[in-house]
Amino acid sequence: MSDDKPIENALRQKLTDALKPQFLDVINESYMHNVPEGTESHFKVVIVSTAFENVKRLQKHQLVHKAIQEELDNSIHALSIVAKTPAEWEVSQDVGKSPPCRGGAGL
Amino acid sequence: MSFLFCKSTWNAVVSPANRRAFMLCLAQMSSKVNFDEMVKGKPVVVFMKGTPDAPRCGFSNAVCQILKFHGVDGFESYDVLSNEDIRQGVKEYTKWPTIPQVFFNGEFIGGCDIMLDMHKNGELIEELKKIGIRSALLDSSDGADTKS
Repeated sequence: MSDDKPIENALRQKLTDALKPQFLDVINESYMHNVPEGTESHFKVVIVSTAFENVKRLQKHQLVHKAIQEELDNSIHALSIVAKTPAEWEVSQDVGKSPPCRGGAGL
Repeated sequence: MSFLFCKSTWNAVVSPANRRAFMLCLAQMSSKVNFDEMVKGKPVVVFMKGTPDAPRCGFSNAVCQILKFHGVDGFESYDVLSNEDIRQGVKEYTKWPTIPQVFFNGEFIGGCDIMLDMHKNGELIEELKKIGIRSALLDSSDGADTKS
């Protein structure tokens, strides 16, 4: 893992350790927003795990939040989550496209 | 001693984590913001960045557009960018770390991802029905296409 992506690497490691995913993609979408180049502030997480079975939608997201609480508290400004069970992932791998920035408050 | 209250000193000696924890604590203690009163008894409340007419965040805008698409106009909204107590306090209230946040009849529904997912699979029409709102999609010719 490269040293110039500490937050992205931490997200990947912590989500892997906590949720043992069948599939995980951590995408730094900061370039789409009103932030300096190289910032690690806006992320999209696509995660497929049996940990989400029989879990309501809100709670799926809360499981992801719990795994990366430290980064959410200290570093991440925005987080988009696609959390699916393996069965749901088999039906559809559509992860959508994050909406364009509207300027925000600037970081 | 006035240097202790200087913003640059504060930023220099207090870590971001502690700064955030302090702000959350202040928001909890603050009697100025009563989130129960802000969300209960109202069909739709959105905590967002900007306003429904001028959103300042793509995710907040997406939530507004989804609601508008379903014919939900004139919903109550709070611009968290104009009030730091609300911005931090709502996250503590819902134990949810991001904005926007959507409430139906006082119940926390979720943020942009959840609203989008519910919209795509037709669940949003049912959730709106539960709070007495008939989705505009039921009256449009392609309303059935919302179910995936």
